[in-house]
Amino acid sequence: MDWGFILERTISTMFGVEVMVFALAAVGLNVHFGYTGLLNFGQVGFLAAGAYGLGITVTYLSWSFWIGILFGIVYSIVLALILGLPTLRLRADYLAIVTIAASETIRLLVRWRRSQEITGGAEGIGEFADPFYDVSINPFSVGVRYEFGPFSYVGRDMWVLTVGWIVLILTVLFVRRLMSSPWGRTLKAIREDEDAARALGKNAYFYKLQSLMLGGVIGGMAGMLQVIQKGSIQPDTFNPVITFTIWAILILGGPGRTWSPVIGSMIYWTLIAFLENVLRDLPEGASETLDDTIGLSDFNISQVRFMLVGLGLLLLARYRPQGIFGSREEMALDDR
Amino acid sequence: MSGESWRRTLPHPSQRSWLPQPSTRASLVVVLVFGAVLGVLMGAGSAGAQSEDSGPQAIFGQLDYEDVELQEDIAVPGVVIEVDGVGTSETDNNGEFRIEVPGPGSYVVTLDVETLPTGINLRNPENNPLNIEVRESSDQRVLFPLIEGEAGSGGESGGVSFRRVAQLTAEGLKQGLYLAMAAIGLSLIFGTTGLVNFSHSELVTWGMLSTYFFNFYGLAGVIGFLAPLPPPFGGGVNLILAAVLGMLCGAALGYVLNRVVFRSARQAGVSLIAQMVMTIGLSILLRYFFLYLFGGSPRTFGDYAAQRAVSIGPIELTPKDIVAMSLSVVILVAVASYLEMTKMGKAMRAVADNRDLAESTGIDVERVITWVWVSGAALAAISGVFFGLDQVKWDFGFRILLLIFASVTLGGLGKAYGALVGALIVGLAINLSTLVIDAEVKNMVALLILAVILLFRPQGILGQRERIG
Repeated sequence: MDWGFILERTISTMFGVEVMVFALAAVGLNVHFGYTGLLNFGQVGFLAAGAYGLGITVTYLSWSFWIGILFGIVYSIVLALILGLPTLRLRADYLAIVTIAASETIRLLVRWRRSQEITGGAEGIGEFADPFYDVSINPFSVGVRYEFGPFSYVGRDMWVLTVGWIVLILTVLFVRRLMSSPWGRTLKAIREDEDAARALGKNAYFYKLQSLMLGGVIGGMAGMLQVIQKGSIQPDTFNPVITFTIWAILILGGPGRTWSPVIGSMIYWTLIAFLENVLRDLPEGASETLDDTIGLSDFNISQVRFMLVGLGLLLLARYRPQGIFGSREEMALDDR
Repeated sequence: MSGESWRRTLPHPSQRSWLPQPSTRASLVVVLVFGAVLGVLMGAGSAGAQSEDSGPQAIFGQLDYEDVELQEDIAVPGVVIEVDGVGTSETDNNGEFRIEVPGPGSYVVTLDVETLPTGINLRNPENNPLNIEVRESSDQRVLFPLIEGEAGSGGESGGVSFRRVAQLTAEGLKQGLYLAMAAIGLSLIFGTTGLVNFSHSELVTWGMLSTYFFNFYGLAGVIGFLAPLPPPFGGGVNLILAAVLGMLCGAALGYVLNRVVFRSARQAGVSLIAQMVMTIGLSILLRYFFLYLFGGSPRTFGDYAAQRAVSIGPIELTPKDIVAMSLSVVILVAVASYLEMTKMGKAMRAVADNRDLAESTGIDVERVITWVWVSGAALAAISGVFFGLDQVKWDFGFRILLLIFASVTLGGLGKAYGALVGALIVGLAINLSTLVIDAEVKNMVALLILAVILLFRPQGILGQRERIG
């Protein structure tokens, strides 16, 4: 086993595309759940809304990439309205049921045979992201590999990463600023005690709807960055496991805290990458023993990874709902 | 609503202890047991793997069609293929057939259209029979492309006719009855504990998969050292016995989940929201555990896989469907009379109605909750078995999660009969909707029902009018 190689690859994931995209999506979920207490179990639907808003505008309407970005945001807002309007007046669990169902329905809808003309059906959408890489301020050339100490990324990813991390950090700072504003404090009041907030004359329904839209737009931006990096939109990448991974990341970092989505995402992906790199790099004998005894091979490592996500979510929610760094006073997955 | 009232009795978060409770050890035991079961099942799985025999030359192939709804290739077993002057073969559970031929030459291969399941047809009926040239030293593959629906129509939905409406009503009833069994448990668990159990759909899959394993590997599927013994210990058992065993497995998992995971969480004062996140984690853990064991491709049970439909008036149903539908009616009536007549059934409804009041009248609430979990999980398992008569798949439960939740919400969260009524309506609505929309997206109708009911009558059809916002 080459530990140096394993560590090198693991460290590179720490600031990689996955960490960035999932951190951004978790910032959105943090607005929903961490600050407002909304149980959104369909965050992947917002990622899909952003991605398809962009892809459909560029390929089907043949409009500019930058208008596509705008439409990605519009689609996310529309989805938030569709999900929020019927459910936000009701008890928290109704939003959970509707979001988990809706995110899966979106996936079925875009991969539907009849929407193929617009959404590309099961094949998805490709060739829409070039303007992003062709902008004149992009200092990186596509074919080159950039290395900084242990970190190494290809030129294409470098540009996505630069833009993505700037967007991520600005979003986190924006959310932090927003949550200390009167608006944000009203959200937290609703999270703590909705009846009390209403008694003080706050329209809780409207605030929750705004929070759902804001977090949804942030999720939509994460979806856009993800498909820009991939260069294609595949409907089946927007599966429910993504949502649950985002939840695991948020609870890992601690809901309701400024930087927790970023830290949670880094911890999660570093652990996963380390585990996978170790399993894939086991000496011959060990990997064969694993294959013979429990049938674990390269082929199903990712299934074990999802099992670990589930187990981690179960144990975290049970024993440390405030996350690793969260404080109990601020957020303890409270009833409401 | 009951969930509301007893929720307030939970201590404030700041008073709770977040330290691990002694039951950590119990959770560890479960993990270990799961590990052991996993190891044994994997052993059984590899023992059952098929080996390709390389005999003399043969004509072979595989029959499958793409299910428009699942977007997957589904094997078609039990179809008779004939090679003129050589012999016949029937496709196995993977839809595969293989007919050995004496040597190279030209053969005529015929697919017996009569043996195709209802609704499945040849895409190109003119290419049957086929002339096949078998070459020296290699087997020859034969293709018979199949489609769902009429040949040439590409599986589009046809017009509205009495026959079609009757057929879809029957299928909707079938789906509604099976759904009801899965939904009642979910509704009762919510009613008695206030927990929205997102892992309930995995209990459906669990019943389906454990039945599959008993069906093929007998009790050895669970207890490995029994493998050399004769059935029912070693080899596979008949599906009916396997289904009973699968139901017991379902009840056992329900008991274990409540006992090890959720009872300790309730006692430690873990909030309902956190418990809900726990069920999400549990659901994904179980689902990928199933994928790990079972693999991604759909399969069918070993018995009654390929049945010809019989006509009852305008409706065509397979005998197994008729039996399963009758059984589910019997089971649902039994559940209803259990809830109405027995002491435990009354206690369940009492706890679901008002937990505090029930407890103060001397009902042992924890015991009631245990029974709700056990019976709810057993019902979900049977539902999985009945659904599995068509297809066994690792993520089946998750695919019908939306339908289960739509049923439960439609009827009123926490109401046992509400789940029953809701399931029948959902089953009928989504099947009849294929009169006007593609079967591929019929499940979206359930989401529509869900949205409409939440807008206009969020307490559900049978729920009482009260504020639940």
